[in-house]
Amino acid sequence: METKLDKTENTSELRYLTPVEMDVKSGKKYCRFKKMKIKYIDYKDADFLLRFLNEQGKILPRRITGNSLKFQRKVAQAIKRARHLGLLPYVSDLLK
Amino acid sequence: MHYETVFIVNPVLSEEQAGQTAKKYEDFLKSKKADITSKESWGLKKLAYSIEKKKSGFYFLFEFKSSNEDLISDFELDFKRDERVMRWITVKLDKHAIAYSEKRRERLQKKEEKKKLKINK
Repeated sequence: METKLDKTENTSELRYLTPVEMDVKSGKKYCRFKKMKIKYIDYKDADFLLRFLNEQGKILPRRITGNSLKFQRKVAQAIKRARHLGLLPYVSDLLK
Repeated sequence: MHYETVFIVNPVLSEEQAGQTAKKYEDFLKSKKADITSKESWGLKKLAYSIEKKKSGFYFLFEFKSSNEDLISDFELDFKRDERVMRWITVKLDKHAIAYSEKRRERLQKKEEKKKLKINK
């Protein structure tokens, strides 16, 4: 009997705690490089690489950009080269 | 083997001196029998962060082919010794990179032609 009661109490609490409705970003994530058949990520054009940086200039994780592992590594490599060349900042408060 | 080098020259120098340093490295490559497929100079560009207390620099790009291996180590040694060059990077190009750079060169040429047309008009 005990467990049943707990369950009902929990669910009521749970219902209270969870936000009213979650805005789920619909649509399956896809790797833009596979889709657009891009084969090489150029470290020289900084404005393309800016899309993979957040406001502080840090590299966005795969779960946000939706890149495949292979291309996420290439993007990270290109960003690090661009940073070395002064095309991209290491740390910044760039307001995109 | 295809290589691509981008280097930044100190902005304190004037335009011609920066051009001369680029010429120096070009002759170095020629003397080592590497054939340069493309040369680009992006001129004075603002840096994203200050390098050696400088806020801007002259950017140069060389793309070249060479077979002997120790060319790259000598090349990098020259860059290290030269205090006019603030920063450089040498990258080996794989087949996708080579295809990309050719396309990029065509795009640049088209842009130049368009500019020329506009000027003539």
